[in-house]
Amino acid sequence: MNPREIHTLLKERFGEAVRDWTEPEVGDSSLDLDSGSLHDVCVLLRDDSALRFDFLRLVSAVDRTDRIECVYHLWSYELAHSAALRVELDRSDPRVASLSDVWPTAEWHEREAYDMMGVVFENHPHLHRILLPEDWEGYPLRKDYVAPREYNGLTNE
Amino acid sequence: MGTEILKTPAPTAEELLGRAVQDPRDLTRYLYYLRNVRAEGLSVAVAPLDAAINWSRASSIWPLTFGIACCAIEMMATGAAKYDLDRFGAGAFRPTPRQADLMIVAGTVTHKMAPRVRRLYDQMPEPKFVMAMGACTIGGGPYSRLGYHVVKGIDRFLPVDVCVPGCPPRPEALIDALMYLQRKIAADRPVTDRYLRPFFSKEKRR
Repeated sequence: MNPREIHTLLKERFGEAVRDWTEPEVGDSSLDLDSGSLHDVCVLLRDDSALRFDFLRLVSAVDRTDRIECVYHLWSYELAHSAALRVELDRSDPRVASLSDVWPTAEWHEREAYDMMGVVFENHPHLHRILLPEDWEGYPLRKDYVAPREYNGLTNE
Repeated sequence: MGTEILKTPAPTAEELLGRAVQDPRDLTRYLYYLRNVRAEGLSVAVAPLDAAINWSRASSIWPLTFGIACCAIEMMATGAAKYDLDRFGAGAFRPTPRQADLMIVAGTVTHKMAPRVRRLYDQMPEPKFVMAMGACTIGGGPYSRLGYHVVKGIDRFLPVDVCVPGCPPRPEALIDALMYLQRKIAADRPVTDRYLRPFFSKEKRR
């Protein structure tokens, strides 16, 4: 299935929760979703016999300065097709449902997105920083991040 | 001349060598002992104790098995057959800091890693040496300006003996640094400093 067909299928099932199709100027096309419907959509994408997305390639977060986007890249080994999902989140309080119960791979990917961007994944089993120390302040990949002058007695200059 | 000395039961070479450091008369006895041994047709070598200790130390620098980033790949290449770090007696990478003499910090040290590196250093027995391998460990390297997570040089929390520039340094550079460290060890005076200098000497030992 190509992304266009997947979009049509999802639109039938979820209606308004799936945004209208936009042709990408460059790169891969993505399916824009409401953040609230993400978990239900993903369960369908995994279990539907025509979709069979059995592998979550990656979870990433993008800081667009006015919002934060979470991007999910999916792949089906069984049917050899791929899809990218995108949800937009409020930058001041980015929250979205965790997909770690749909694809266990999501657990570490979501921890990284939390570590670097501060996206809170609800119902995540172990949402802690994965790369930086536990007591680190701030989320380094945000555009307005200012590096600390000192950490643990060692200056950063 | 030496007959009356030879009447007493001969101490072993190790005993005499140890006593000779404190009492010059023992040194005389030691030299007579050597003459006696030579007369038996055996080979004998005499060396200052400092030099002998330094020689053995410099010829068996055991590094800690410890690689953090891409520099470790070059370190592994240096230890492998083509460059063969074992030619310099430094090929025995120890899996525990308790047995290691040299810490080759090979790779980027992050703020999260720094306390762990320091702990490994603290667990090593004296005398111990630190080699800062690669640009990251010398001054932060490519992360020196914008890297929020990298310690800008390991000399901020470790006493560094040798710096090896490069990103990463080639095995030849690491071998060169090792030979530099060997010369540094050869300049040390472990015994003389401990026994013959005043205990409260203002001069720093190393």
